[in-house]
Amino acid sequence: MADKTELQYTAEHEWVLVDGDTALVGITAYAADKLGDVVFVELPAVGSSVAAGTVVGEIESTKSVGELFAPVNGTVVETNDAVVDSPELVNSDPFGAGWLLKVSFTELPTLLSYSEYSALVGE
Amino acid sequence: MSQPFTQRHIGTDADAQSRMLATLGYDSVGDLVNAAVPETIHVDRFRTAGDSALPPAATEREAIEELRALAGRNTVKRSMIGLGYYDTITPAVIKRNVFENPSWYTAYTPYQPEISQGRLEALINFQTMVADLTGLATANASMLDEATAVVEGMLLTRRASKSASHRFIVDADALPQTHALLASRAAALGIELAVTDLQADTTAAELGDHFGIFVQYPAASGRVWNPAAVIAAAQSQGALAVVAADLLALTLLSSPGELGADVAVGTSQRFGVPMGFGGPHAGYMAVRKGLERQLPGRLVGVSVDAAGHPAYRLSLQVREQHIRRDKATSNICTAQVLLAVMAGMYAVYHGPDGLKKIATEVHESAGRLVAALRAAGVDVVGDTFFDTIRVSVPSRAAEIVARAAGAGVNLHQVDADLVGIAVDETTTSRDLTAVVAAFGGQDAFGQVEFGAPVTGLPGELARTSGYLGHPVFNTHRSETSMMRYLKRLADFDYALDRGMIPLGSCTMKLNAATEMEAVSWPEFGGLHPFAPQVDVEGYLELIRQLETWLTDVTGYDTVSLQPNAGSQGELAGLLAIRGYHHANGDADRTVCLIPSSAHGTNAASAVLAGMRVVVVACDDLGNVDLVDLRAKIAEHADSLAALMITYPSTHGVYEHEVGTICRAVHDAGGQVYVDGANLNALLGFARYGDFGGDVSHLNLHKTFCIPHGGGGPGVGPVAAKAHLAPFLPGHPLAQSDQHYLHSDAGDTVVHGGGPVSAAPYGSPSILPISWAYVRMMGAEGLREATGAAVLAANYVAKRLEEHYPVLYAGDNGLVAHECILDLRPLTEATGVSVDDVAKRLVDYGFHAPTMSFPVSGTLMIEPTESEDLGEIDRFVEAMIAIKAEADAVAAGTWPADDNPLHNAPHTAQSVIEGEWTHAYDRETAVYPVRSLIRGKYWPPVRRIDNAYGDRHLVCACPPPEAFAD
Repeated sequence: MADKTELQYTAEHEWVLVDGDTALVGITAYAADKLGDVVFVELPAVGSSVAAGTVVGEIESTKSVGELFAPVNGTVVETNDAVVDSPELVNSDPFGAGWLLKVSFTELPTLLSYSEYSALVGE
Repeated sequence: MSQPFTQRHIGTDADAQSRMLATLGYDSVGDLVNAAVPETIHVDRFRTAGDSALPPAATEREAIEELRALAGRNTVKRSMIGLGYYDTITPAVIKRNVFENPSWYTAYTPYQPEISQGRLEALINFQTMVADLTGLATANASMLDEATAVVEGMLLTRRASKSASHRFIVDADALPQTHALLASRAAALGIELAVTDLQADTTAAELGDHFGIFVQYPAASGRVWNPAAVIAAAQSQGALAVVAADLLALTLLSSPGELGADVAVGTSQRFGVPMGFGGPHAGYMAVRKGLERQLPGRLVGVSVDAAGHPAYRLSLQVREQHIRRDKATSNICTAQVLLAVMAGMYAVYHGPDGLKKIATEVHESAGRLVAALRAAGVDVVGDTFFDTIRVSVPSRAAEIVARAAGAGVNLHQVDADLVGIAVDETTTSRDLTAVVAAFGGQDAFGQVEFGAPVTGLPGELARTSGYLGHPVFNTHRSETSMMRYLKRLADFDYALDRGMIPLGSCTMKLNAATEMEAVSWPEFGGLHPFAPQVDVEGYLELIRQLETWLTDVTGYDTVSLQPNAGSQGELAGLLAIRGYHHANGDADRTVCLIPSSAHGTNAASAVLAGMRVVVVACDDLGNVDLVDLRAKIAEHADSLAALMITYPSTHGVYEHEVGTICRAVHDAGGQVYVDGANLNALLGFARYGDFGGDVSHLNLHKTFCIPHGGGGPGVGPVAAKAHLAPFLPGHPLAQSDQHYLHSDAGDTVVHGGGPVSAAPYGSPSILPISWAYVRMMGAEGLREATGAAVLAANYVAKRLEEHYPVLYAGDNGLVAHECILDLRPLTEATGVSVDDVAKRLVDYGFHAPTMSFPVSGTLMIEPTESEDLGEIDRFVEAMIAIKAEADAVAAGTWPADDNPLHNAPHTAQSVIEGEWTHAYDRETAVYPVRSLIRGKYWPPVRRIDNAYGDRHLVCACPPPEAFAD
C-alpha cells in the first residue's frame, strides 16, 4: 500500500502516484466507502488515449455507479486485471491491490495534496 | 341491499376516521385534504359540482352484470390469425393456483428478496427456460411484449456494438407490429432502419454498414430458414444480431444461440397465457455471455444469505433507471412477472418432452393442413413452415377470410391475394376442416380428405441440443405435485393477502375480488388483438367508457390505453410532445427539464424520446427550486421541449407552487408533463388538466387497482389535452383509430402517432379491473378513497414523528398520501441502518416500506386507503418498538454487531439450530410481539448478501445439491 500522505489527489476522489512520466491511479478509501461493496469495474483499453477530467471507466457497487475520470492527459499503459476479476479489492485495499490503471503523460496538471484532499472530505 | 363497495374498498370506517382525525386535530376528512391541497388547484375552482361523466356507483353485483353484458358483445371465434398471438391451453392447476391466487397476483416487485423467494424461484425458472430454449447464456425476468423487446434489442446492439453506423437492418419478413414499433422508436433516436429482404445467402456487402441486424425466426410468413450465414456476415463487420424466436418452435429447431445470435427476443404468450385481446403476457430477452450488463429490465440471480444458504435476489439493479437515470440501459421498470411465472410454470408442468410433444402436434396439424390444401389444388406458398402458412388466392383473400369467419374461424388477410393461417395447441380437426372448406377444398359431401402430414422443418435446422434438463422441469408431472409446488412457493412470499405492504410510491391498495372476476372470462381472455371489429364490440365499448372516465377524473381531453407499463406511458407522452413540436416546426425543442427529486424513469424515458435531460434543483423543503427553474428555462428558452413534474411530488408533498411552475414552462413555449404516479392523492380533489398539465401517464396498477402481480403487469395510459391527440399512440392494426374526445358534441379523435406497444390497446384483458373499480366507486367514492389515503398517511406521520423525523411536509405541515421518515439521525446515533429496520419489520410480520427512495437513508410509507386502523396501528407500534430496539443498541444493551436489528430477519432454523449465543433471546428474535405466536410469517432465508450475487452472477436454476445442508 502506498503512503497516503505521499500521494496526490483529485476532487473526483481519485489518488495518483506519479513515477517519472507515468501515473498510477485508484480511488480513495473515502470513495470506496461511499460506494459500498464494489461488484464490477470497467476500465479503458490499454493503449487508448485519455483526456483529463473525462470519464474513462465505471465502478459499480450494489447500490450505486461511480464514474472513473482520467486525472491526466495521456495514454493508458496498463490496467489492473486483478481488480476486474475481484472487484472487492477496491474496498479491501483501495490504495494498494485495488489500483485501477496506469497512464503515461507528458504534462502533469495541478492535483490536490494529501492535506488539501483531507480538507475536501472533511477528515 | 348490499353494502356499498366503497365500504369494502376503504379500510377505515367513520368511527376509525374520526379517531384518526382527532389525532391530527381536524374535524373532517374534507377539512384535512383541503388544508393539504393548495386551494389554487382545487377541482371546485375548475368545474361545477355534479358535472362528472362518471355514472353513479354500482354495487358489486351490478358491475358484474354490466361486465357480463359487455362480454356478451364479444365473439370468441377460433383464432388462426397468428402474428405472434396464439390460442393456448392454460393448465387449470396454473389458472387456479397462480392466475387467480392473490398470493401471486397481489405481491410487489421482489425488492425485498428475503420475503420474495417464491416468485424469485418462479422467475428463475422462467429465465432458465428462456436461456435453455434460445441457447443463450442469460435471460432476464421478462419484457413487456415481443415488439418492445425487439426495440430493446435494437437499443442493446447500438450500445454494445463497436460500429459507428446509425443503420439497423430489419428483416422484411418480420411481424407487422414489430415493423411499426421499430419505425416509431427509431425515428426519435436518429436510427436509420434498413428493411431488407433477408435470405440465407445474403452477403455482408449486400447488408452494407450497420450496427445491428434483426431476424424473425421463423419468419412472419411462416417460412423457416437458416440465418446463421447472415448473422455471421453482420458480425464480421462489428454488428450484433437480434433474433426474435418462437419459444415453442425452438423445441424442434436449432436455437438462436446455436445460429450465432447475440440476442434473442420474443414472447412466451403461447406458454399458457390467454391472448387477452393483446395482453398482458411476458416478452423475453436473452443474451450471449458478455452482454449480461446490457440487459434491460429485471434479472433474477442467485446469492447467499447470512447463513451461507443459497437465496435468490434481483441482480445488477444499478443498471436500472433509479440509479442510472438518463444513462440507464432502458426506461423499462417493470416486468410481466405474473405472466412470466405462468409461462415458466407451463414449462415446469409439461417438461421438455411435453413441450416437444405439443410443438410436434402443432407442426403436424399445420402439415396436415398443407397436405389437404394442396390435395385440393390450393396454392400453399413455400415449402418450409412450423405452424404458420401462407396461401395464394389471387384477388380472393377477403372472400375466403370472410367465409372462414362465417364458419367460426378467423384467418389473417395479408393482402388482396394472400391468406395467412396459424395453427396452435388448441387447433382441432374440425378447425382444419373448416379452413380447408373456406378455400373450397371439401368434397361433394362436405368432407375433407386429410392425407399424411407434410413436414415443413428443414433438416439442417433440426434441434439436436437438449433443454430443460433441470429437475424442476422434470418433477411436477402430476397435478398434486404441481399444486403443492405452487403452494410451497406462494408460502415463501409476503403479499397483500398476509398483511400491509406500506411501500411508498407503489400504492399497494386492495385488488378486489369482484374487480378480478372478469379477467379470466373467455370473452375477455380468448380474443386475438387483431380480431375483426365485429368480434370485439364489447371490448371497444369498455375501452371507450374507461377512456371517458379517466379523461373526466384527470381533466384531460383524451386517453390512450395502449402503453402497457408506466414507463411506456411516459415515453408515449414525451413522444407526443416531440411530435407536437415537430409539427409546429420546432424540431429544436429537445430539452426536457426534470427536477432532481424525480423518479429515474423520467430521465430514461426522455432520452428514449430523443430529448436531452436538464436537471432542476430542489430546495431544502423538497420542492422544485423556482429560482433554478426560471434560470434553466431562460438558459434553454429556445430549445425547451417539456418539464416533467410528479404531482404530488415524489417527496409525498402537494407542492404549493405547481400552478406557477406550469405557467413558467408554458410561457417559454414548453409543454408540461405531469407524472401521474401519485394520482392516488389527488382523485376528486384536483385534476392535472386543470392546473396546467398537457399530458400525463396514469398507473392503473397503482391508483386503479390492477394488482402488481409480483412485478407486472402494469398499464400506463397516457392522457392529454386535445392539441396532443394527433401524436398519441396509434396502431396500424387497430380495429378503430377513433378515441373519446372530451367535448360538448360527444366527438371522437384520431390518435395518429406510432405505436408503443405490440397490441393496439396494450393489455386489454386487465382493463375490466380498473373499469370495475371506477364503476363501483363512482365520483364520490374515488374522492372518499383519496381522503382516506391522505388521512392514513398523515396519521402515520403524526404518530411516528416523535420517534422518526418526517422529512418533508407541505401546506399546514401536512403530507399527501405518503410520508418519508428520515432514518439518517438514527443511523448516525445508533449505527442502525435503513436495511436493519426494513428487515426487522419482517420479524414483526410486515413488508418493509420503500427504502432509500427518493432520498437515501429514509423510509417512505404509503398506507393507502384500503388498510384498516387495526393494521395501521399494528404497523405504527412495530415501528415504535423497533425504535426502542435501536435505542437499546445505542445504549449499549446489545452490541452493535449482534442485536435483533443487525441479525434480522430471523428464520425458524436460525433460532432452533445449534447453541443460542446471541445477546438477545430467541423470543425477542422471532416473537417481538405476542400476537405473532399464532400467526407468524416465517421468512425462508436470512438477510441476503447483495454483493456476493453481483460478483458471482448466476441467473439460472442452481442444482438441487446447492440447497442441501
